[in-house]
Amino acid sequence: MPVEIDIAHVAKLARIALTPEELEQYARQLGDILEHAERVQAIATPEIPPTSHPLPMTNAFRDDEVRPSLDRSEVLEMAPDTVGEYFRVPRILGDQPEDGA
Amino acid sequence: MTDLADLTITAAGTGLREGEHTSVELLDAVIRRAAVTEAHLHAYLTLDREGARSAAEAADADFAVGVDRGPMQGIPIALKDNMCTRGTETTCGSQMLSGYRPPYDGTAVARLRSRGAVVLGKTNLDEFAMGSSTENSAYGETRNPWDSSRVPGGSSGGSAAAVAAGSALGAFGSDTGGSIRQPASLCGIVGMKPTYGLVSRYGLIAFASSLDQIGPLSKSVEDAALMLEAVAGHDPHDATSYRGEYPEIGSGLGTGIAGLRVGVVTELVGDAIDNEVLQATRSMIEALAGAGAELVELSLPSFEYALSAYYLIAPAECSANLARYDGVRYGVRRDGSTTEEMMAATRADGFGPEVIRRVLLGTYALSAGYYDAFYGSAQRVRTLVRREFAAAYEQVDVLVSPTSPTTAFPIGERAADPIAMYYSDVCTIPSNLAGDPAISVPVGLDSQGLPIGFQVMAPALGEATLLQVASEVERLADFSARATLATSQAELP
Repeated sequence: MPVEIDIAHVAKLARIALTPEELEQYARQLGDILEHAERVQAIATPEIPPTSHPLPMTNAFRDDEVRPSLDRSEVLEMAPDTVGEYFRVPRILGDQPEDGA
Repeated sequence: MTDLADLTITAAGTGLREGEHTSVELLDAVIRRAAVTEAHLHAYLTLDREGARSAAEAADADFAVGVDRGPMQGIPIALKDNMCTRGTETTCGSQMLSGYRPPYDGTAVARLRSRGAVVLGKTNLDEFAMGSSTENSAYGETRNPWDSSRVPGGSSGGSAAAVAAGSALGAFGSDTGGSIRQPASLCGIVGMKPTYGLVSRYGLIAFASSLDQIGPLSKSVEDAALMLEAVAGHDPHDATSYRGEYPEIGSGLGTGIAGLRVGVVTELVGDAIDNEVLQATRSMIEALAGAGAELVELSLPSFEYALSAYYLIAPAECSANLARYDGVRYGVRRDGSTTEEMMAATRADGFGPEVIRRVLLGTYALSAGYYDAFYGSAQRVRTLVRREFAAAYEQVDVLVSPTSPTTAFPIGERAADPIAMYYSDVCTIPSNLAGDPAISVPVGLDSQGLPIGFQVMAPALGEATLLQVASEVERLADFSARATLATSQAELP
């Protein structure tokens, strides 16, 4: 059985504005892919620890040295919109209160 | 006389040091080749002729005064367009990064430049390296040099096509689930994914950080070793780059395989593999036995689940990594009355369908209520895959399989069916999940004249043994056929 998902909610979490037709298409495709993916649940029993990373390392520290960073003007030159030394964006708050998603 | 564009890096390097040709002559030869093949292949997104010429002239000037920075000096190479090159457009095959000129070189790129390599250009890829055919590029597909109606594989399809056609002597790509090995297999060349952490990921545009690894695509196993040696090494800019003692890389080349134990993975030589690919794989396995290897048939049952686990883990990591494309700091921006609307419009327009599919899939798999069932389960399967590999390497030195279940497929054939496309990576994904090195070596052609690749896998940091076996596979296969497009060009006056 394809997995049923609330695609509009997922698209909102991912910050991707999709049309109703696109949402319907992605819901179907993801449902099929997740149906395959559900197979992993058959062998992933709770006593098996998860692996998040192939190298057994924790807390990879480096020396705390002062060194040059990227050139600010070169970095800002690649931004869509800037003002002075800052990135500029449209207003942050909308007319409606956020729904908490 | 051999066209210089057809030389291996090893042979070109010998000629440079013996005064048979200059770096500028090598560069001119590959540019001439590209001038003919690019109209059919579209392997490159950017050709930097001027920058390459300056680098070639600098290499020749160094040779003239006896300065030798190693095997990459004066060699014209190509880089996948997800490797950041200072001042040269780096698009990742995405509309999102159209016009993006990175303010820095990635570590692998910087190391290649400091060793005198000549970077000719940036090669095409599936958008953000997500795909197995290079059809997902926002800038049009790349075609296979053996048959231009077919895909070159992916996601490093541009790098593979360039090397197979002779429009670069070697190229670098990245491999997250097979993206170096599968296109190398489909284009009849060598492609290697090193041990995770051996090559710094600093300046490699991130797809799935626990899986991504830079590696070489080349005309020979020896070239792959030289290319890897030039970029491997700890990098303070990448906290996940390996810190321990570095393994020997090319020490086993050409030493034969007498007494080595070679494991054949039952799950990767079954019904799912195309018959001709299977036959070529089986005859190479027999040839290895004839050359003195001890064969062991091994079952690794978790491999049946590796593909499903990968298509949860990689999208989950991608959904986090691609959150940075929000129209604020770099890349394109679309209008919106608020920042959130601007971001959602930018991402809908800047990303292509496969990238959106994977971002949505990963967002879902990580979201509240579904995390344990999907992402958590996939991480547990990753543990099983690692355990089964470890147990197998108690019994054998290397494992072997086909690289790809099929040879190059027609353009468009799998474009509308994501699951069929994902299946292209079934043999290559386990090594990424484990973080182990693996390589594809061409072993023959099918009845349609399309190349077949043979995969060798080794435990982490087992590069020397991996390349030892790969060089024996290369010797036994004696694969000398060349891509039709390169051959027809060589016959031009």
